[in-house]
Amino acid sequence: MSALQDAASPGYLDRAPSQLRRRRFQLGDNAAFYVLIAPATVLLLTFYLYPLLQVFWISFTEPKPGFGNYALLLSPSVTRVALTTLRICVITTVITVVLAYLVAYCWVHAGPRAQRVMLLGIILPLWVSALVRAFAWITLLRRDGLINSALAGAGLIDAPLPLLWNEFGVVVGLVHYMLPYGILPLAASLRSIDGSLMLAARGLGATRGQTFSMVYLPLSIPGIVASAILVFIFSLGFYITPALLGGGRSMMITEYISIQIIEVLRWGLGTTLAVTLVMIIALLLAVVSRVLDLRKLFGAK
Amino acid sequence: MNFTHAVRDVFDRPVRRLASAGQPALAGAISVENLTKTYGNAVAIRDVSLAIGSGQFVTLLGPSGSGKTTVLMSIAGFVSPTAGEIRLNGEPINHLPPDRREFGMVFQGYALFPHLTVAQNVAFPLRVRHRPRTEIEDSVRRALEMVQLERFADRLPRQLSGGQQQRAALARALVFEPSVVLLDEPLSALDKNLRHDLQAELKDLHSRVGLTFIYVTHDQQEALAMSDEIAILSEGRLVQMGTPETLYERPATRFVAGFLGQSNFISGTVEQARRDAFAYRAGATLLSQSGGPQQRDGDSVTVTIRPEKIRILTEAETADNRLESRIASFSYHGGHYHLQVDVEHVGRIVLDAPTWRREAPSIGQSITIGWDEDASVVVAS
Ligand SMILES: Nc1ncnc2c1ncn2[C@@H]1O[C@H](COP(=O)(O)OP(=O)(O)OP(=O)(O)O)[C@@H](O)[C@H]1O
Ligand SMILES: [Mg+2]
Repeated sequence: MSALQDAASPGYLDRAPSQLRRRRFQLGDNAAFYVLIAPATVLLLTFYLYPLLQVFWISFTEPKPGFGNYALLLSPSVTRVALTTLRICVITTVITVVLAYLVAYCWVHAGPRAQRVMLLGIILPLWVSALVRAFAWITLLRRDGLINSALAGAGLIDAPLPLLWNEFGVVVGLVHYMLPYGILPLAASLRSIDGSLMLAARGLGATRGQTFSMVYLPLSIPGIVASAILVFIFSLGFYITPALLGGGRSMMITEYISIQIIEVLRWGLGTTLAVTLVMIIALLLAVVSRVLDLRKLFGAK
Repeated sequence: MNFTHAVRDVFDRPVRRLASAGQPALAGAISVENLTKTYGNAVAIRDVSLAIGSGQFVTLLGPSGSGKTTVLMSIAGFVSPTAGEIRLNGEPINHLPPDRREFGMVFQGYALFPHLTVAQNVAFPLRVRHRPRTEIEDSVRRALEMVQLERFADRLPRQLSGGQQQRAALARALVFEPSVVLLDEPLSALDKNLRHDLQAELKDLHSRVGLTFIYVTHDQQEALAMSDEIAILSEGRLVQMGTPETLYERPATRFVAGFLGQSNFISGTVEQARRDAFAYRAGATLLSQSGGPQQRDGDSVTVTIRPEKIRILTEAETADNRLESRIASFSYHGGHYHLQVDVEHVGRIVLDAPTWRREAPSIGQSITIGWDEDASVVVAS
């Protein structure tokens, strides 16, 4: 805190020689400091914390005060949705991390020019809205979509494959959306692996395969974990893609929440599920941060 | 308690076992023939040829960028030469990948695996060779004993001091009893005192295990103190190879003389060339020099002389070459005075005077210096 104040104060730049003068300066600076950070704080409190607290409040008061909503968490319909969500998220995470590892590996070990091109390829999708991408997948995957008509045209299938409005479609869309988030932390971690260790392994008699499995892979575990956490958490809370590609059949928790609130107006249950989701994610992060240094994992210095 | 002695005592037992456990004396003769490596237009090394006998401690010495690492990495198999042949015991090994060459390696910065304990690091070369578990445990214990790291077996590399990491890397390189060990500046990251201790340990270890060591350094003192032979590289070329004594006493070129310790260089024109000696003139001063049937009158020569070979002469003392000089500056180094003196026609000369007979030297003082004709050497410039 005090370092922050010092850095923010003009007194830091023209260090006043006299103690007295410095002290007076600092008092003034303190006020200026709080004035400067006030707008951001107010913004966060009103638009982020306040609604969150309200959601929390509603979950205990609608339709009547108490823990009634939380008891509903164990009802068959909710558990079914929860299990579907968990299954889809785990599958998505596993596939995404495997693909991300391959991409990150190639990216990190490519030449400088290829790296620049690949960077563009990796972050470009981030600039395309999830909505647009979901519709693009619908065009590709639907009964008379590009893939099915191509396969049928080639005589490989008689009936169209069920690629959309099911878990398969959701996973495809989610994996596509999550890939950049999987690749970036992984690449950062792979890049930090000291290349001379691989030379050392080869020099000491390890084959390429042994070098990868005994040195490179173990050293990339922190990156794999970071990537997996990020992807898992993002996919837990993701709404648009599963809603569009699942077609209401393989429903995930976020879509279920939205239905409770917008369509059937069971605000109590909707907010309860939202609060539970936030809690689970917070718990997940807390547990993981005990084991791993999250800030370092995601590239903070 | 004397550290080095303690080390020697511990070294004694396990190393002998290591040697006797191995097959009959492992041959590890390396020859490098006309090795060249270019990167695009840049030449890293050009036409380097070395013959390294089994059991030798050979040092590659040279300034930064002279190609030491390139030569070592070519031998190790990490750099594929543009031209030239590398042989192990007469067999060409150019086509073998690094892991099939069976050399022990100590990298600059050690390259210990950070996720493995010291014992696991040392076990690595044996695990990748699929040695049986009991044998691995045995060999690792012996190797750790050899470098005195038994107590640190379960630590991670980052929990070790620099010197301990260096020893762990050494144990890892030796544990599978390779016939050749390659070391790239293994001591450069350590502070001076530790360096000194480890130089002695390393040399000691080498003489006990009897393996071929190929050692890279840019520290001339280290090279002089440890090597059986030194190969001096400059700008990608091998300039001279020989025992430390030869290189120091009989440098072939001005570069070698200047790089290995300090040297004075005197240029002149040959006169009175005889069969086993000649005189050369620098300005108005005529100096004599032994050796050199190849010199003819009128040739220009460069002669080099080490600071410690120049004596300060009294009236009564004689020397083949006698010069009047004036002290330009001096410094005291405990064991000797280091003097810079000016000599007419010859220029600035540096010399080390082991003792100072009369009062302390003073700037501007006139002294007579001299050396015998076989104390200096003719070098190619
Ligand atoms: N991969 C490379 N690409 C281009 N040039 C290289 C490469 N590796 C080495 N060189 C060049 O080859 C020359 C010799 O390099 P090398 O690393 O062998 O020197 P060195 O004697 O080990 O130096 P140092 O003491 O600094 O380690 C240098 O001029 C270097 O720039
Ligand atoms: Mg080098």
